[in-house]
Amino acid sequence: MSTEKEPLFSSKNLKLLTEPLGKSNPITVQVLGICSALAITVKLKPSIVMALSVTVVLAVSNVAISLMRKMIPPRIRIIVQLVVIATMVIMVDQVLKAYAYDISKQLSVFVGLIITNCIIMGRLEAFAMGNKPWPAFLDGLGNSAGYAVILIIVAFFRELFGSGTLLDIQVIPQAFYDAGYVNNGMMVLPPMALVVVGIIIWVQRSRRKDLIED
Amino acid sequence: MRSFSNTYIFVFSLIMVTIVAVLLSFVATQLKPIQEMNVQIEKKQDVLRSVGKAEDAAEAEDKNTYINEEFAKYITDSYVVDYNGNKVETDAFQVMLDLAAEIRKPREERNYPVFVYSESGGPNKYVVPVRGKGLWGPIWGYIALDDDLNAISGAVFDHKGETPGLGAEINTQWFQSDFTGKTLFNEAGEFVSIEVVKGGAVPSNPHQVDAISGGTITSKALEEMLIDCLTGYVAYFKELANN
Repeated sequence: MSTEKEPLFSSKNLKLLTEPLGKSNPITVQVLGICSALAITVKLKPSIVMALSVTVVLAVSNVAISLMRKMIPPRIRIIVQLVVIATMVIMVDQVLKAYAYDISKQLSVFVGLIITNCIIMGRLEAFAMGNKPWPAFLDGLGNSAGYAVILIIVAFFRELFGSGTLLDIQVIPQAFYDAGYVNNGMMVLPPMALVVVGIIIWVQRSRRKDLIED
Repeated sequence: MRSFSNTYIFVFSLIMVTIVAVLLSFVATQLKPIQEMNVQIEKKQDVLRSVGKAEDAAEAEDKNTYINEEFAKYITDSYVVDYNGNKVETDAFQVMLDLAAEIRKPREERNYPVFVYSESGGPNKYVVPVRGKGLWGPIWGYIALDDDLNAISGAVFDHKGETPGLGAEINTQWFQSDFTGKTLFNEAGEFVSIEVVKGGAVPSNPHQVDAISGGTITSKALEEMLIDCLTGYVAYFKELANN
């Protein structure tokens, strides 16, 4: 490793932030964290809170593991990672219960299930264990942003077509309903989230041929 | 990669779990008062919702203050009665907060909280909390009765973790609004409670509501809950209705 001080936002570091948004998106390319993406994207608001929670958990855990990476005995590293993640998730859960009670009720078990979100352990094991804290932090932000983008796109379409609202504000005018428009009940159910994710993957891969596997 | 001795691994784990334990207990103790406040506000809001109040809670600037004010304004009296209908000197709100412990006692020994709603000029309504076991966890609710202490003027139910889309539907408007206008006592004045009927209730039957398709166990649990919790009020309701 070079002894020269690398600038904070060198092109290599910036790539850590931007790549997960497209080329190595955790959901559409690495297909991680699908479970929660299906469950909580019925409405935009819980999706945003979920995305923020994952961001906090991933960025902080990445930094914590990266700081400890030389001290962690390899034989128990997975357990150490789990303990760090679980601690962060419990703290996020407690904070939500105190300051965003209604949303924490909507997210119910899914906050706890951030522990099992493959994105987080995947990034800890693949990146934080072998990199310095600052790049690990950026990697955490980048990957959760990639997760957040997909979550918000899916939630946008599901809330718009499923409930006719965005962030609980009615956007489809009453005149449409009077003219016979009906909310699509299917959109509210998890299978349609999978279909929307599928469409996003399709669009992304037809634009970027290098992502297509044989 | 350098190797680590077993001793190192043990010491490392010990230190790690100690730090984590201290951190988590600190956060939990710090946030507990706020979390408990949230639970109290939610219960107050549910009591108000059962009588058709506090609908603007979502738009309220400061939800906690709004709910507290509405509660103080409309819930003019609250007291606790026992199985025989006699008043007990206990705080009704505390009993409601701890309803989980209350329903573990035999019916004859429980305390039964009553909240009285009144608006200027209008007749009183009586709100009673109910709680029981659902399929996956506790379910609970608030039943508001008209001043004849027979007809239900509104019902609110909620749950800890019933199946989404099935049992979880008990907290939706369509399920709850079915209870409005139903009666707890038959014409002979006997307590019959409300039956949750699978396959469709008879609309003219004042003691039946529709069950939730696919949510049979939760529906049955709700029926049980109503019988279990409302039986204890019968003596008091009869006495109150006669006066």
